[in-house]
Amino acid sequence: MADEALFLLLHSEMVAGLYRAAEQSEGENGRCTTKLESMGFRVGQGLIERFTKDTARFKDELDIMKFICKDFWTTVFKKQIDNLRTNHQGIYVLQDNKFRLLTQMSAGKQYLEHAPKYLAFTCGLIRGGLSNLGIKSIVTAEVSSMPACK
Amino acid sequence: SRELFVLTYGALVAQLCKEYEKDEDVNACLDRMGYSIGTRLIDDFLARSAVKKCRSYSETADMIAQVAFKMYLGITPSVSCSSATGNEFSLILDKNPLVDFVEELPAERASLSYCNLLCGVIRGALEMVHLAAEVTFLQDRLKGDAVTEIGITFLRKPEDRKHRRN
Repeated sequence: MADEALFLLLHSEMVAGLYRAAEQSEGENGRCTTKLESMGFRVGQGLIERFTKDTARFKDELDIMKFICKDFWTTVFKKQIDNLRTNHQGIYVLQDNKFRLLTQMSAGKQYLEHAPKYLAFTCGLIRGGLSNLGIKSIVTAEVSSMPACK
Repeated sequence: SRELFVLTYGALVAQLCKEYEKDEDVNACLDRMGYSIGTRLIDDFLARSAVKKCRSYSETADMIAQVAFKMYLGITPSVSCSSATGNEFSLILDKNPLVDFVEELPAERASLSYCNLLCGVIRGALEMVHLAAEVTFLQDRLKGDAVTEIGITFLRKPEDRKHRRN
């Protein structure tokens, strides 16, 4: 709906703005990703608090991951995660074949190197959500072909 | 999903406050970002609302308040015309969703315009439909005023619009 457009625009503006500022002062490219990720972290913490106010306690880690894939992702991106894989030893791979924040970019190879910038915020979002649910985690993202990402 | 937007906006303002010490810089940055967003948002707005051309400044102000604000933020500010020449308007917001999670401005940030993004958005959007305007906050609830008021001043008289050919 209309809200989404607003968020998408704000997000792409944030990414662009931060990188613009970084170009003007030298050599801060790596820090931009960190800043985006920490913004996502704060937002993720807040969001997860509001979403889980009324839901039952989670039984285990897998339950939490399923919640993230279904309810959380649906509320944030209006669709569910397409594929969740795990090795049952603490590593989970979430695959989204039509990632909302990447659909606006063309599907070819030319923007592949810029894609990670757009994923940093979402990684922070997931990490923040998990941290407020009591799980310490490291979240990384990988884009092999737009607009899918893992 | 509006919460996502509001929370993200809050994180953005917090981040900008960390990077810039002066409130004016943060305000300017928010305004710039709002401007870029506005230039793109207008396309989305026109596509979704399919409104007809506005024929006067007051129609435009009404359109912004009643259609655009409602569509994107879910609120309908009231519009009042504050000048005899008919090119100054104010939008009075009694509810502002952007500050839903903000209680008050911290003491050292007393002149921060928290919602300055909104001003930039309106300005950018208007410019894309060839209406130059100045948009600022006249009153801000976060700073202790009774309501939040945004002032829009259209910078060109209606007759000039016909002569503008690029």
